[in-house]
Amino acid sequence: MFSKRIVIFTGHFGSGKTEVAVNYALQAAGKGKKTAIIDLDIVNPFFRTADARNTLEAEGIKVITPIYANTNVDVPSLPAEISGMFEDRSYNVIIDVGGDDLGARAVSRYRDQIVREDYIHYFVVNTRRPMTRTKEEIVKMILEIQSSANLKVDKLVNNANILDASTPELLAEAARILEAVSAELSIPVGFVSGMEEVLSGYEGDKGIEKLYLKKNIRLPWERQ
Amino acid sequence: MGEKILMKGNEVIAEAALRAGCRHYFGYPITPQTEIAHYFAKKMPQYGGTFIQAESEVAAMNMVYGAASAGARVMTSSSSPGISLKQEAISYSACAELPAVIVNIVRAGPGLGGILASQCDYFQATKGGGHGDYRMVVLAPSSVQELYELVVEAFNIADRYRTLCMIMGDGMLGQMMEAVEFRDSEDICEADKSWAVTGTGMKRDHNIITSIYIDPEVLEKHNQKLQEKYRKIAENETRVEVYNCDDADIIVAAYGTVARIIKNVIKTAEKEGIRVGLIRPVTLWPFPTAAFEKYAQVPQAFLSVEMSAGQMVEDVRLAVNGKRPVHFLGRTGGMIPTQKEILEKIREILK
Repeated sequence: MFSKRIVIFTGHFGSGKTEVAVNYALQAAGKGKKTAIIDLDIVNPFFRTADARNTLEAEGIKVITPIYANTNVDVPSLPAEISGMFEDRSYNVIIDVGGDDLGARAVSRYRDQIVREDYIHYFVVNTRRPMTRTKEEIVKMILEIQSSANLKVDKLVNNANILDASTPELLAEAARILEAVSAELSIPVGFVSGMEEVLSGYEGDKGIEKLYLKKNIRLPWERQ
Repeated sequence: MGEKILMKGNEVIAEAALRAGCRHYFGYPITPQTEIAHYFAKKMPQYGGTFIQAESEVAAMNMVYGAASAGARVMTSSSSPGISLKQEAISYSACAELPAVIVNIVRAGPGLGGILASQCDYFQATKGGGHGDYRMVVLAPSSVQELYELVVEAFNIADRYRTLCMIMGDGMLGQMMEAVEFRDSEDICEADKSWAVTGTGMKRDHNIITSIYIDPEVLEKHNQKLQEKYRKIAENETRVEVYNCDDADIIVAAYGTVARIIKNVIKTAEKEGIRVGLIRPVTLWPFPTAAFEKYAQVPQAFLSVEMSAGQMVEDVRLAVNGKRPVHFLGRTGGMIPTQKEILEKIREILK
């Protein structure tokens, strides 16, 4: 799961890309890799990588966010140092892309730099989100994002959840839907992700890799 | 009930409106509520309805006036500065007694302000906003599930009384994601809309929808009729959640997402032996005065916690009517009060 130097996460907005990307970065850094995470989300004004900045930086991860992220301005301006990260091969780079085809458009600007490198493009799916519930909807979303990002999806991530009410059965239900998506588009499932207490109880997809998530982005009433 | 799915507050607003039979949406994008328009743009064609991104907020609200005049279930949405632009047509619609739902996902002001969460439009929503003696029902949900239920209810209230109904949330509520469970079908009020301008078919006199009254006596009569309607709404539609108030040392007034922070403060305070109550107005207008009157002499003091410089606190003071001191804690600019600072304020008041 951690073999590629550049790891791109796209998906329907609200699919859980940011939590997956943040946890992935923390675990990559935990394996001793020099890691950077780029918040390329130009769509979502709230709940973003920058919210987990302290946690990430405490693990030595370089955090690059749009210039105005978490301020009162919604100007999607991307910093110049993003380009540098594709060229500095001492870094493993994780990219958290904004939702849907609109958000994925930001990636296409870096396409030429990305395809020269050792990269993988994951598409994160939560089958309990309204526009990615069925095989047909997921296929449509993947095609829209691929076309907008100008970058083919390599693998799917099963991130089915309804926050605190998630269950292993939900992941199994999603696995069946994703199997149909894989069959249609020839895109395999790369890994399954979920909160520790849920994912540990999931036994489907024998041999599939698991990414255990810890909650890093909190609502105001969950903060002290 | 169906399955639980995970949705953003803004998406739920649009989904709930569709379930409530709304087939006409007019709006203009503004953060942090643009997902409402996105959702309608994607879904409305499947329902054979109308989605229009208008040329401005002013135009959008006038389109609402038009569709409501024809008896349609109609909605517009915006965020603070955009709601300011709608005010003229809001006042006209109130005068013409048009039922419609307006959503304000409030951002920090004044002016162009900022995109982060705020409750600084309480005055605008509950004390007029537009000109003239009018009122509109203002509903303030505090979770995504409640957002769904209140949007459906807003359409019913609007039709039942021929009134405007506003859903007021902050950017946090619009942007956050929570599990939501939809009912299989909605309880929709089938109001008599024989007043609508739908064509006479040469079978009746024509209906008139207007907000101009040339004769002062006629306009005064119309005003009296409106006031009578507002009294009826206040009598029947006031909603409030009262939590932990019996024997409370202090009662906090808070609405929307702030009320959720208070519920956690209540748990922490309990451990220190401080009993904190919560009165959460669900309707900001009509304001739940009776709930405050009922508990006015129970605690040592009241505290209004808001993401504003102090707006709802004025209504709390009126309702408590001098029986107990009423304190205030507010944050502005998109800052959200923390559990820690609220608890410190409570300790300081009770010292």
